[in-house]
Amino acid sequence: MERNIAYVALFAALIVVLGLLPKFNLLSGVPITAQSLGVMLCGVVLGAKRGALAVLLFLLLVAIGLPFLAGGRGGIGVFATPSVGFLIGWPVAAFVTGLIMQRSAPASILWRALVASVIGGIVVLYAFGIPGMALMLEKDLITAAGFAMPFVPGDIIKAVAAGAIAQGLYGMRPRALISVKG
Amino acid sequence: MLSLALPRVSWAHRVPATAKLAGLLVLSLVLFPVKDPIILGGALAAVVMLTGSLGTSAMRQTMRFVVPLLFMVGLLLLFHIVFGQLRDGIAIVLRLLTMVLLANFVTMTTALSEMMALVEKLFAPFAKIGVNVRAVSVAMGLAIRFTPVLLTKSGLLFDAWRARSQKPARWRLVVPIGLAALDDAEQISDALRARGGVPSTRRSG
Repeated sequence: MERNIAYVALFAALIVVLGLLPKFNLLSGVPITAQSLGVMLCGVVLGAKRGALAVLLFLLLVAIGLPFLAGGRGGIGVFATPSVGFLIGWPVAAFVTGLIMQRSAPASILWRALVASVIGGIVVLYAFGIPGMALMLEKDLITAAGFAMPFVPGDIIKAVAAGAIAQGLYGMRPRALISVKG
Repeated sequence: MLSLALPRVSWAHRVPATAKLAGLLVLSLVLFPVKDPIILGGALAAVVMLTGSLGTSAMRQTMRFVVPLLFMVGLLLLFHIVFGQLRDGIAIVLRLLTMVLLANFVTMTTALSEMMALVEKLFAPFAKIGVNVRAVSVAMGLAIRFTPVLLTKSGLLFDAWRARSQKPARWRLVVPIGLAALDDAEQISDALRARGGVPSTRRSG
């Protein structure tokens, strides 16, 4: 119980810290931050349930007015922006990422985390984000998908990073990767 | 940790949080189907005046929130100009800004402590279906307390990197930052247990 609470709380804090890392621009000029890398890591390291709870806790803190989103934004207002679908999709993304991590065949941690992050952190996430954008901007799904596409290359980079980071963490604290048994 | 709530007490700070949030919900639902740019423009002007009534620091903070949205707003307007539906585009942008500013108004005028009390109240009914409300409060408190701690540790890692390398650290420090989070979590869970632990739902009944 206590262990779960502590891990969930600290990984919510980790999402905040990653959101404050300096962002850098892709060749296309689209800025990317490491915040959604934090969401992937929650699933990869904590597994489905705890990972999703850590992201939910993070969103709760944002909603009550802490400036924890990348760029120091926060408050209920963020749930009225076109990115609301992505925010709602985050806990689900962490859940699916964690689930795949827990259930995947015993391959290298890097590949398992990479594949889990691509499916959970990109496919599942955009399945929420794009309809959210379509609803808020009154567009059809294809147009909304077009608006979201510039962010995909950045997210692929993050999934690769999540794989490498999971491998690194596993190398140093094999027991701390809760999602990986034995 | 700094909250986005304004420290200086205004008239709107004295309105109970539940009333403000209920008002926000109702107004968002009312505004959602509106398509007339003139009505929406009026609504936006009203919300801007509402924000203005809180003083200049509130306006400044609101601008910081709105500026990152302008990229999306510009893209959206351009899209509508290309397709010759400028009127629709203006309506969407006006509604978006009105709703964002309104929600931001509630955030700026509600103290963090009041919000946390409200969260606990909202979670209370879920205790019956097995949600450990105490655990939620503890986790919230821990995350708020340990975010600045983790930030400080990350800052030290960045300083150490800069002292040794001319290349920017970028994401190379995510592994050590993640390690710091893992190790802190392990120690905090021991500390929680040593202090009697967090009662599980079943025991507290």
